[in-house]
Amino acid sequence: MLGLNNKDTLLLIIVAAITLLAPFILNPFPTQSAMAQFNAGYPDLMQRFVIFGIFAIGFNILFGLTGYLSFGHAAFLGVGSYSAVWMFKLLSMNVIPAILLAMLISGLFAVLIGFVSLRRSGIYFSILTLAFAQMSFNLAYSVLTPITNGETGLQLTLNDPRILGQVTTAEGSIPVTSLFGLEMRSTYEMIFGPWSFQFNAGYYLCAIIMLLSFYIAIRIFRSPFGMMLRAIKSNQTRMSYTGLNPRPYTLAAFVISGMYAGLAGGLMASMDPLAGAERMQWTASGEVVLMTILGGAGTLIGPILGAGFIKYFENIFSKINDNILHSWFAFMPDGFENALVAIVHPFVGKGWHLTLGILFMLVVVFLPGGLVEAGQRVAKLFRRRKSEKTSDESAQSKPAE
Amino acid sequence: MGILEVKNVNKRFGGLQALGDVNLSIRENSCHAIIGPNGAGKSTLLNCLVGKLIPDTGSVLFDGQSVLGRTPYEINQMGISRVFQTPEIFGDLSVLENMMIPIFASRDGSFRMHAIENMHNEKAVVERAKQVLDEMNMLDKQHMHAASMSRGDKRRLEIGMCLSQNPRLLLLDEPTAGMARADTNNTIDLLKQIKDERDITIAIIEHDMHVVFSLAERITVLAQGTPLVEDDPENIKGHPKVREAYLGEAA
Amino acid sequence: MDAIILQILNGLDKGSAYALIALGLTLIFGTLGVVNFAHGALFMIGAFCAVTLSRILTLSFETVDPTQTDFLGQPLKVKTTYIEAWFGPEFGGAMIDWAVPLAILFAIPIMIAVGFIMERGLIKHFYKRPHADQILVTFGLAIVLQEIIKAFYGANPIPTPAPAAFKGSFDFGVLLGFEANAIIYPYWRLVYFAFAAIIIGGVFAFLQFTTFGMVVRAGMADRETVGILGINIDKRFTIMFGLAAAVAGLAGVMYAPINSPNYHMGMDFLVLSFVVVVVGGMGSLPGAVAAGFLLGILESFASMNQVKSIFPGIDQIIIYLVAIIILLTRPRGLLGRKGVMED
Repeated sequence: MLGLNNKDTLLLIIVAAITLLAPFILNPFPTQSAMAQFNAGYPDLMQRFVIFGIFAIGFNILFGLTGYLSFGHAAFLGVGSYSAVWMFKLLSMNVIPAILLAMLISGLFAVLIGFVSLRRSGIYFSILTLAFAQMSFNLAYSVLTPITNGETGLQLTLNDPRILGQVTTAEGSIPVTSLFGLEMRSTYEMIFGPWSFQFNAGYYLCAIIMLLSFYIAIRIFRSPFGMMLRAIKSNQTRMSYTGLNPRPYTLAAFVISGMYAGLAGGLMASMDPLAGAERMQWTASGEVVLMTILGGAGTLIGPILGAGFIKYFENIFSKINDNILHSWFAFMPDGFENALVAIVHPFVGKGWHLTLGILFMLVVVFLPGGLVEAGQRVAKLFRRRKSEKTSDESAQSKPAE
Repeated sequence: MGILEVKNVNKRFGGLQALGDVNLSIRENSCHAIIGPNGAGKSTLLNCLVGKLIPDTGSVLFDGQSVLGRTPYEINQMGISRVFQTPEIFGDLSVLENMMIPIFASRDGSFRMHAIENMHNEKAVVERAKQVLDEMNMLDKQHMHAASMSRGDKRRLEIGMCLSQNPRLLLLDEPTAGMARADTNNTIDLLKQIKDERDITIAIIEHDMHVVFSLAERITVLAQGTPLVEDDPENIKGHPKVREAYLGEAA
Repeated sequence: MDAIILQILNGLDKGSAYALIALGLTLIFGTLGVVNFAHGALFMIGAFCAVTLSRILTLSFETVDPTQTDFLGQPLKVKTTYIEAWFGPEFGGAMIDWAVPLAILFAIPIMIAVGFIMERGLIKHFYKRPHADQILVTFGLAIVLQEIIKAFYGANPIPTPAPAAFKGSFDFGVLLGFEANAIIYPYWRLVYFAFAAIIIGGVFAFLQFTTFGMVVRAGMADRETVGILGINIDKRFTIMFGLAAAVAGLAGVMYAPINSPNYHMGMDFLVLSFVVVVVGGMGSLPGAVAAGFLLGILESFASMNQVKSIFPGIDQIIIYLVAIIILLTRPRGLLGRKGVMED
């Protein structure tokens, strides 16, 4: 189907089902229950899941296939956000032109940065991309203030021209982003007994775009072009002695992944029309690296898993405070309770990054293939047990014959 | 006029004269061996032919066209394929994929943004890849991870990858270095078969005289960066200058 | 002229810090072949050693002084530090005042221990893994270390003063015949520069004149051969890692009065130090030191108003710009050797 083989089609369908049903899946607990804090099915967070999913899918096309580790990909995310906000300021509040411009501008940036950075490989490439991203970040804070609005960040105002749209709403406030009139923030809430599920227009737009991005990524992975990218990772010497020029291939991969990042940035601005330089900082680039590795670099589903995993636990872990911890361990004797709270405390709430760092190290050390490899190992274990069982059975049944 | 004409090639590395006035002509559809003691400049010469090094002076013409200043991939597209001393293959890819890449390269040139079609729907390429694998007796290994194969199989695969491009000149850099006797003999048989069945020119750099005398129709002896003798194998065997180059003055 | 001298001086302290971190990075890279993204964290830990020692020294107890009353008429509670109580106000007070230099003694064993634990516990397993994996795992480690520091010391910078004797500034201009106050330079920065020079000199002397250093240098040039010679290079490399950690830590200790330590200072310096290493030439120790000072001074020149009026924003990007130009024109850096990490 859709030019994919059966396995990939199944994967796409599963991802599509999970994404489209996310408002249900992520809100399994009734609103009033104690477990409601683990719900993640509200629009803002769900949007982040899929937007970072797009970012990571794109990053994986570069890193997962070619092995070029870019430490400056957040620059494209930032450029995409700025472009989109400018579109909202100048043209209209429709998200389509904003997203298109975000992809176009970040693509142009990627051509420029990629053309220079890809003249080197390995650690030198990482440093070059890092240098470009830090330059963009520093400039966005200082000299480029007329374009980026410096530290405050770029925001919409009532004085923006918006030549094709309305400058202000009837109530005199700044209009909101929309898709041909469908407001991105509009949310339909479905109450079902004690449960409540939220269906947000912005989320579904992002989700559909993510599915489309994912589909394109699968096609790239399975194409001759994707195979060439893997060949570059494997052996560049053989590549060039086989009559292939590695550089346009890597540049194409770099630009594609830069445009994915720009798309993610554009969507971010479409959901919440502001853009700040901190989106371009190298820690933000580090985050997408974490997502991709944690999920499983070079695999199709890995980056989406990684993005979802990190964003979910970031949200949940950050919310846990000492009171919640005490309520969890309340069944224990007081001394134990306090000790346990004291032990867990540094890892939750503001300590989330500590947990993330440790988790990431563990993954790199023990599971270089990320969550996908973990899944495969578990699956293998089960299969082995099953086959052991069947072989045991056959062994037992034989003497009876 | 040979298919490959090397004229007055010089190459220095700092104070070391690696190649001095090398002249070499390789006849079309022949098997030409270049031999010589360690440090004779064999590898430097080879690297000058494939674009890895650029000679200081002189010219290298392939089929009348200069290869100097061209990159390795351009030279490959002209019809020269190279087999390395240690097999250079795509270790992370499957054997079939390894074989498909050179076929794509011959068909589509050095770059093609071929990003949407599934590679397994490229029937012609897959067919051709399987055909070459079959010729190499490797069809049963097509789904194997290339890195997990034995050294002999990697060598076979690499030669197959080069042949799949139907090159006009095949350069072999010590193809049997570090191989066991059995693997060496297999490789000799394979190369003989290639030589007999195809219209192909082979240039081979080799230490192992058994390999050289089993294959070569013409031999150039290189010593200290300069060709010493060029002759037919029978005449090379007892040639005093060759003995001198290999065994030193005492012989 | 005086402005130029002033900028050179201003560049020296940052340049010293870059040079010291880059030196350690290069030692680790050159000997162990590991790209250590956690090296900035070691610098930060060093700075927090200074913070910790000054906190330990100022631990105090309260006594009630019946002879004095506070503004409510209650007997005044007086805080006395243990140090002053034990050693007398004079000597104890001096120790508190000199907390930062004293922290050098405190930091050396800690940093060496941290270095050993890092190398034996983690880095050693990554010698044979690809550089990307090394970057990733040390990047993770850097996050962990900085979050631990943040958990203990909070997110705000902690001012850590230099000894009172070095507070004030030195009027360089008078020395060189300019008018007074034309070139004034804080004493502590001079101390920092001198300190950096001593450490750098010490490391080079150690590598140059000891047998140990000779083996390490040989290992940097050709690891395999030294291994074949039957010399236990791994043990020496562990010690080198400890040494590099100590260098970074000491750079951090002495930097504390210049820039109040905060938990992300390590990352800030790391990114720049990597650029320094690349500019100097991966694997070249003199290159790392030279590039550190060069970039520190360039950065300081770029922040002059005259320069900024011609190239707005140049001070923000100068280091990166230099790095890009160097990498594209001299891929091996200023003093780099051939073939280091080029595949």
